[in-house]
Amino acid sequence: MSKTIADLKRGQRGIIKSFSAETIPLKLLEMGCLPGNEVELVQSAPFRDPLYVNINGSHLAIRNETARQIEIEILT
Amino acid sequence: MSKQLNVALIGNPNTGKTSVFNQLTGLNQQVGNYPGITVEKKEGICKLPKNIKAHILDLPGTYSLNASSLDENVVIELLLNKNDKDYPDVAVVVSDVENLKRNLLLFTQIKDLEIPTILVVNMADRMERKGISIDVPALEKELKTKVVLVSARKRIGIEELKEHIVNYRHLSTEPCLNASSMDPEYFNRLRNAFPNQSLYKLWLVITQDVNFGNVNRNSIGIKEDFITKDDSTLKRLQQKETILRYQFINGALKKTMSVDVNAAKGLRAGLDRILTHRIWGYVIFFSILLLIFQAIYDWSSYPMDFIDESFARLSELTRSVLPAGPFTNLISEGVIPGLGGVVIFIPQIAFLFLFISILEESGYMSRAVFLMDRTMRRFGLSGKSVVPLVSGTACAIPAVMAARNIEDWKERLITILVVPFTTCSARLPVYLIIIALVIPEESFMGFNLQGLTLMLLYMLGFGMAIFSAWVLHKILKIKSRSYFVIEMPNYKLPMFKNVGINVVEKTKAFVLGAGKIILAISIILWVLASYGPGENFNNAREIVEANYSETFLPEEELDELVASYKLQHSYIGNIGKAIEPAVAPLGYDWKIGIALISSFAAREVFVGTLATIYSVGSDEEETIKSRMASETNHILGGPLFTLASGVSLLLFYAFAMQCMSTLAIVKKETNTWKWPVLQLIIMTAIAYLAALLAFQFLR
Repeated sequence: MSKTIADLKRGQRGIIKSFSAETIPLKLLEMGCLPGNEVELVQSAPFRDPLYVNINGSHLAIRNETARQIEIEILT
Repeated sequence: MSKQLNVALIGNPNTGKTSVFNQLTGLNQQVGNYPGITVEKKEGICKLPKNIKAHILDLPGTYSLNASSLDENVVIELLLNKNDKDYPDVAVVVSDVENLKRNLLLFTQIKDLEIPTILVVNMADRMERKGISIDVPALEKELKTKVVLVSARKRIGIEELKEHIVNYRHLSTEPCLNASSMDPEYFNRLRNAFPNQSLYKLWLVITQDVNFGNVNRNSIGIKEDFITKDDSTLKRLQQKETILRYQFINGALKKTMSVDVNAAKGLRAGLDRILTHRIWGYVIFFSILLLIFQAIYDWSSYPMDFIDESFARLSELTRSVLPAGPFTNLISEGVIPGLGGVVIFIPQIAFLFLFISILEESGYMSRAVFLMDRTMRRFGLSGKSVVPLVSGTACAIPAVMAARNIEDWKERLITILVVPFTTCSARLPVYLIIIALVIPEESFMGFNLQGLTLMLLYMLGFGMAIFSAWVLHKILKIKSRSYFVIEMPNYKLPMFKNVGINVVEKTKAFVLGAGKIILAISIILWVLASYGPGENFNNAREIVEANYSETFLPEEELDELVASYKLQHSYIGNIGKAIEPAVAPLGYDWKIGIALISSFAAREVFVGTLATIYSVGSDEEETIKSRMASETNHILGGPLFTLASGVSLLLFYAFAMQCMSTLAIVKKETNTWKWPVLQLIIMTAIAYLAALLAFQFLR
């Protein structure tokens, strides 16, 4: 199974691969969440929800359910 | 030239757009609402060079022109409607130098509407520290417009911006993006059908129509066959548009902007490690809440006492200066105390908004939302609802106003509707006297029973607020944001000017908006309590004197008996007697009925009203208490205040909406009487049922 943003550990980075176009909020794309961009997990709230990420320079908090829809390739 | 220049300020949230607005307009601004909706409308006047005046409209912050909230929809509706009186001659897009790439997305959209558009790159004073350099002339060429580096904080670039606004006619209106590249075949068809319209504008009209249905399609005359795109195709095209725009932006910035990554090490990472920490983050957040609570509960009591005394003295003064008569009574007992009842809330409102604006300005508020989102979400509330709910424990009025900072309308409405359940400080005097009367002063497992009861009442209020939020979340059918994406802005030192203007605005909004209603109702209540029908009221003194003709009474005691007699036979007294059948099942008599009605002015009036009815001269708690303890229930016999009727009263005060000031502010914040009236009916119904059940089970 491929990894998603929800699988990142704190401080870990990944490259966005793809997501389900139907369910991902357009707003997220507009804020820079596009395939090929880098994503870093800055901090996670208790129970890993919501997640505080840095996507391509945009610092955002997204919910776990959204994070699980964004597939990434984890950079070590 | 007499016509004012219309300027619209547009930008993403957290770009310092409001700081730019404040620098342009200073105190020359006013805040209102867009007609029919509750989105804040900020506008102001700015003097430009060449003696030209500009009307500046600070539009709600938005990330793009694909609206997903009411706030954002306001922006699109304005930009699509050339006939709107606020339709901009020139648009100023404000961006943050550190998030320029993302901010430019909105810029390209505005530019594609073929409106003259100036780009402001704000917070330019941070560039050096962040290792950013921009080739402004080259960027101007890429974006086909004027670019101004501005620092609203340091007042840099504002004059240059004004120059560009005056010369807006020289700006190119050529679009950035060729909209038809999204779907060539479809857009060619559009172009052929409407050769004179901007393609992107047509596209927006079509797509927004699908989302909101408010844009007037007829103004352009788009025929049905262009709207056949289904939801998923639409979404795919919008995604494609976003990608195309980013390609354009990346290309433009590659040639004109460079970032030295090594220089960019900020405060942010360090602060975030502590402030969003899963333990320390909460400790700090709750400490801040405690501080806010302390400020509105404790610190503001000093100015409030001062206001209270000043108005009482003013009342005395008018009575002694003006000739005696009904007019003087109206002024000294109706109008002045009514005004005092409005002014008294100012310290609490000012304190709360001082804190809230500092939290918002500094960027901390988003961290609080991040920490609280999961917990509050379950009840249909926002992470930001925590601040109103906690400040509601001091007073519901500033708390309801604080809900303004919640962006999502449904979450905001629910917060406004449930806040009055939290135990505000006005309930405290009522609780204290009734608890002292009916709860024994004993210990239970080492805890003082009276203290325990008080704590239970606080928990009950909070629990009821959360529970009703959950119920409302389930039953309210309001179109709301279905996703959660929150920007975590950079930390900034709050600007004194912005905080100050915000505090002044909020206070003014309360005094002018809700104040009128509060004043009107308090005058009505005063008239009802000071006048009465028939002989009994008018000849009160003679009747009392006749009744006590055999006993010698000191003048003072006689006055108290007359006041009591008058209140009993006033209009409000008659209403109290009329509702006795309704409150008898709760264990109350008509005297408590009168106190319940007058509590509507403010709950704490309960004690004072009972004091007058029982003709106890002072507000001294002990005297009223002993008088209340000896009162008997004339329907059921036995003492009036028993455990059953006491608990019933406590529950009634815990749940009932008995505060006209809160109703007035809810009316103002929701822009309709619908919600406050529903609040009044439903909360009073809950209170009645709870009190009824308690009394009938405990008696």
